[in-house]
Amino acid sequence: MSRTITYREALREALQEALRTDPRVFLMGEDVGEYGGTYAVSKGLLEEFGPERIRDTPLSELGFVGAGVGAALGGMRPVVEVMTVNFSLLALDAIVNTAALYRHMSGGQFSVPVVIRMATGAGRQVAAQHSHSFEGWYAHIPGITIVAPGTVEDARGMLAPALADPDPVLFFEHAQLYNLQGEVPDDCRVDLRSAKVRRAGTDVSLITYGGSLPKTLAAAEELAAAGISAEVVDLRVLRPLDDATVMGSVRKCRRAVVVDEGWRSGSLAAEVMARIVEQAFYDLDAPLARVCSEEVPIPYARHMEEAALPQPAKIVAAVRSLLGAR
Amino acid sequence: MSTHVPAPPTGPVRWDKVFALKLLADMVRIRRMEERCAELYGQQKIRGFLHLYIGEEAVAVGALNALRADDNLVATYREHGHALVRGLSMGSIMAEMYGKQEGCARGRGGSMHLFDRATRLYGGHGIVGGGLPVAVGLALADRMQQRRALTACFFGDGAVAEGAFHESMNLAAVWKLPVLFCCENNLYAMGTAIERYESQPDLCVKASSYSMPATRVDGMDVVAVREATQAAAEFVRDGGGPMFLEFRTYRFRAHSMFDAELYREKTEVEEWKTRGPIHSFTVRLKAQGTLTEAEFVAIDAAAQAEVDEAVAFAEAGTWEPIDELARDLLTPPEQPS
Repeated sequence: MSRTITYREALREALQEALRTDPRVFLMGEDVGEYGGTYAVSKGLLEEFGPERIRDTPLSELGFVGAGVGAALGGMRPVVEVMTVNFSLLALDAIVNTAALYRHMSGGQFSVPVVIRMATGAGRQVAAQHSHSFEGWYAHIPGITIVAPGTVEDARGMLAPALADPDPVLFFEHAQLYNLQGEVPDDCRVDLRSAKVRRAGTDVSLITYGGSLPKTLAAAEELAAAGISAEVVDLRVLRPLDDATVMGSVRKCRRAVVVDEGWRSGSLAAEVMARIVEQAFYDLDAPLARVCSEEVPIPYARHMEEAALPQPAKIVAAVRSLLGAR
Repeated sequence: MSTHVPAPPTGPVRWDKVFALKLLADMVRIRRMEERCAELYGQQKIRGFLHLYIGEEAVAVGALNALRADDNLVATYREHGHALVRGLSMGSIMAEMYGKQEGCARGRGGSMHLFDRATRLYGGHGIVGGGLPVAVGLALADRMQQRRALTACFFGDGAVAEGAFHESMNLAAVWKLPVLFCCENNLYAMGTAIERYESQPDLCVKASSYSMPATRVDGMDVVAVREATQAAAEFVRDGGGPMFLEFRTYRFRAHSMFDAELYREKTEVEEWKTRGPIHSFTVRLKAQGTLTEAEFVAIDAAAQAEVDEAVAFAEAGTWEPIDELARDLLTPPEQPS
């Protein structure tokens, strides 16, 4: 039986379930305890699990993310909450130079089963320093798995497999999605290797993830009204990419637009497009296209911020341009 | 230069003979191993970065001989000595430096990244300060699982200028975690003298600001190092929270094999060499009749023989097949950690 809850509640339920079932699991980060979580994800968890397992940290991203790595090495299953991806830049050494390298560099002796959660993305008028989308950057790095739930169901279902993963998982929650409502089935466990088709179609593949998924689904709806059948592929795991699902959709629709809130140059969208060219070039009927963020810092003013980000209208326009005469 | 060379340690060594000679032998083993490493580097058997510990041996030997098997060890890229004293075979260390798959990290890490699960050696960290947050987490895991172990984290004076040092010291102190912060102060951050980069060159003053006890130790005196570490380890294990030890020491060789040593006077290096930890310990032991010249010669010969064996082991080692390049990037599903 499915229920309707918010993305935030889904994450909270997933954390509760993990904390209740595995004594090795604990949550740490800035304001996860007394404050209840910056985005209220962990609200109420301190009361249920106590300060040892719901651990407020100093504003020391490098210190506590690195400590999460160490605690994972020491046999715990830490969930480290970095308030936002913007602040994760202060923890890059712990993520990139330590967590991602440990197993390979030690000749397979040490795995790092840490989950690092963070909010990502723009759209709330919080200006340039709080609006980054760096999940595509992180997806460049071997040795870590990158997930970006774009639905309530995945917000509920991706944490358990992330914690079961013996290696580091970075978990990106788009800040615009926390209030999103959606249905969750009783069993929503996700395999962290697979993309998912969210809407079936035949004319064009729209490939996206995370905060751009609702925008892309809205664009597909608008296109449907105009007689264009768009298929929407939710990557949801950004590393490793599920090439099979992407190519299956592209081969069927023969046209593709990639939608990614990252900046265009060197983006995850660029990687997806390169793979399509490598693997499905002769199945294409049109050049590939993408809708990314404009290559500027994200401005504060609402109209300027909207203009900088992928929007349903931009996606619709990109598809129409691709389809030419239609 | 302003580096003050301390007077040599004096006074009786109150250890039993077996223990005293074991620590002497450990220092000699490190020295002989690394002297051979320098030669092998010249022969291009060892490549990449090679950071020698020569001159600083008393720190690893004294400190690690105060630890227990269930304690964790986090070290830097100047960690050959720590790995050896911790119990890795010299052969597995040498093979690692050769890049052979018989090495302690399958040849993946090389000189800077020695790892060993069996002895709880968590690296071998190449980024200055990078190991400190990891050590805090290892200690947190021990605390949360009610283990009475501690985590000994070694780092140089240069790391004290990194944010990672301050974040880790604060975190360990505010959570009262069993971390033993072991600062190997060799007075230079690569080529920059400490008074040129530290607003407060007294590192114990810095450490004390994190509300943890901090002690300065003569890092050229293996007796002082061992006794201070023993006391600190008891304090940390007994739930006293973290502690900071500053070992004043000196590196006799260049920072790495690429270093032309333009930043310090040869006379300074020569002066410190007169305070060499092996020399001064040997003098003390002989003076009190704990060590004979014949025993010293035997210790040295055994170390040389061990080095020969280690080199033979590394030479005979094999290269990891290239088709294993991606092996151990992620944990295989059939063998979860």
